[in-house]
Amino acid sequence: MSRKSTPARQAVVTVAAWTVGFLIFFPILWIFILSFKTEGDAIRTPLGVLTSGWTFESYHEVQERSNYLLHFWNSVVLSVGSTILALVIAIPAAWAMAFVPGKRTKDLLMWMLSTKMMPAVGVLVPMYLLFRDFGLLDTRIGLVVVLTLINLPIVIWMLYTYFKEIPGEILEAARMDGANLRSEILYILTPMAVPGIASTLLLNIILAWNEAFWTLQLTTSNAAPLTQFIASYSSPEGLFYAKLSAASTMAIAPILILGWFSQKQLVRGLTFGAVK
Amino acid sequence: MGQISLSAVTKSFGDVNVIPPLDLQINDGEFVVFVGPSGCGKSTLLRLIAGLEDISSGKILIDGKDATDAAPAERGLAMVFQSYALYPHMSVRKNIAFPLKMAKLSQAEQDRKVENAARILNLSNYLDRRPGQLSGGQRQRVAIGRAIVREPAAFLFDEPLSNLDAALRVTMRQEISELHQTLKTTMVYVTHDQVEAMTMADKIVVLNAGRIEQVGSPLELYRSPRNLFVAGFIGSPKMNFITGAEAKKHNCDTLGVRPEHVEVQADGPWTGVVGLAEHLGSDTFLKVNVPGVGDLTVRVSGEMNLHHGDQVTLGPQSGKLYRFDANGMAL
Repeated sequence: MSRKSTPARQAVVTVAAWTVGFLIFFPILWIFILSFKTEGDAIRTPLGVLTSGWTFESYHEVQERSNYLLHFWNSVVLSVGSTILALVIAIPAAWAMAFVPGKRTKDLLMWMLSTKMMPAVGVLVPMYLLFRDFGLLDTRIGLVVVLTLINLPIVIWMLYTYFKEIPGEILEAARMDGANLRSEILYILTPMAVPGIASTLLLNIILAWNEAFWTLQLTTSNAAPLTQFIASYSSPEGLFYAKLSAASTMAIAPILILGWFSQKQLVRGLTFGAVK
Repeated sequence: MGQISLSAVTKSFGDVNVIPPLDLQINDGEFVVFVGPSGCGKSTLLRLIAGLEDISSGKILIDGKDATDAAPAERGLAMVFQSYALYPHMSVRKNIAFPLKMAKLSQAEQDRKVENAARILNLSNYLDRRPGQLSGGQRQRVAIGRAIVREPAAFLFDEPLSNLDAALRVTMRQEISELHQTLKTTMVYVTHDQVEAMTMADKIVVLNAGRIEQVGSPLELYRSPRNLFVAGFIGSPKMNFITGAEAKKHNCDTLGVRPEHVEVQADGPWTGVVGLAEHLGSDTFLKVNVPGVGDLTVRVSGEMNLHHGDQVTLGPQSGKLYRFDANGMAL
């Protein structure tokens, strides 16, 4: 049975889609609006918030009180560094699992994913002690390693799925043509998997950028990324809504812009292989 | 040089024995075709020679040197795959040059060889295109080009024409045969199409369930098949097999006669009714039901005015009967 696309149905679907989209986006929009209010206006009723005056005051204060650029730079180093490190490990790993699977490959994949099912706080104490003993607390290198490790299962899974789509005969042809393992991965597999690798890279940067458990637990100032920057404005009493919103806006803006420009690539990568 | 010899080669996947011990000698410059039904192990055998699969036991010698454990690239063989296996992100030029680049040839040398291969294969105008912008036949030529630039000891073809349409298949078949005559390099060619095998091969290897049923020139196999399997596989349409009382009259368990060796004879031994008549102009194919013998396929040269329901009397040409024993071996 084919579904008819009547104007009425289209209208309903359109309205429903926009509603869902708006509901998802609303918190971000509200943060954005609050960031342009004074602290006094920010805690008024929603209507009061919307009708009150607009100001850059919160941004000025946030800028004066903390070093945005340091946090921004830390976020860039942590997300890009951990993503590149994860790809360097994951590409050969996914190659092996996709093209020379063993009896236990499926179990291995499942096991890797299962580490993501555990609450991170479960290993907080041992991790903290390890960091303390190795002198890694509040260092970028330590955080890069942790972010790599926590995202590695997802990166391997994604790459594994993309690599599975590449016909094995092409890699065999490369082997017949005299390519060694390094050339095979470098000249054939990686260029062919570029769309998949690119979306994995983007998604991982976003995940690492937004990661707020380990970054908050293991950093204080030197290696603190933007998540720490936001957190420093949250207070249990909730007195600094406007400044918190300004800090949040400044923290999520870069990744939102990156996501906006790469959305085509992301959508393509995430639905890769779904339709042949 | 391009001499390949397999001795006592076996291959198992887990508990499944795909190739029981097998010996085969391929001489320099020969065009050898592996033919057999799907699943007979012919592609596996080719992949063992290529080194893409490890053999379970036995030995592979290439030009007298033990290549049993050599990596695919070290064997000096080139392979053309069924799916062409072109590198989709590279231009035709880069595809053909890839093996040369891997062999670390100078850029000038690479260019010279690529241009040369492109000229032989009529690809000169397409060198800067991507594989996705080429037709099936052109892609096939690129795959062959990539194989010939390496100047390999032997070419391995894995059902290279099965993705092409019928007309193009005939053209490409001739092109590969001509290429073999020009290069005089050993070629090992896998196909399930016995017409390809008959037209291209110097030597046909008929495989069934991983075993070699018979090795010989196309006409040797056609004229003197060693057993029922080869008799049934080589020749189109398939040989008629007659069992029962009619076979006993000829002192055998199965009597074989090729459709082209059955004639309409006024005093022939087999009288039957035409079930189906196919008129191709050049030939007429008849399916005749003969009581006590069974259905016989008959190929008559030229046109013959027979139709469904007509009665016809048939007989075999003299000396063109094949006799097989209870084990299916030729007598």
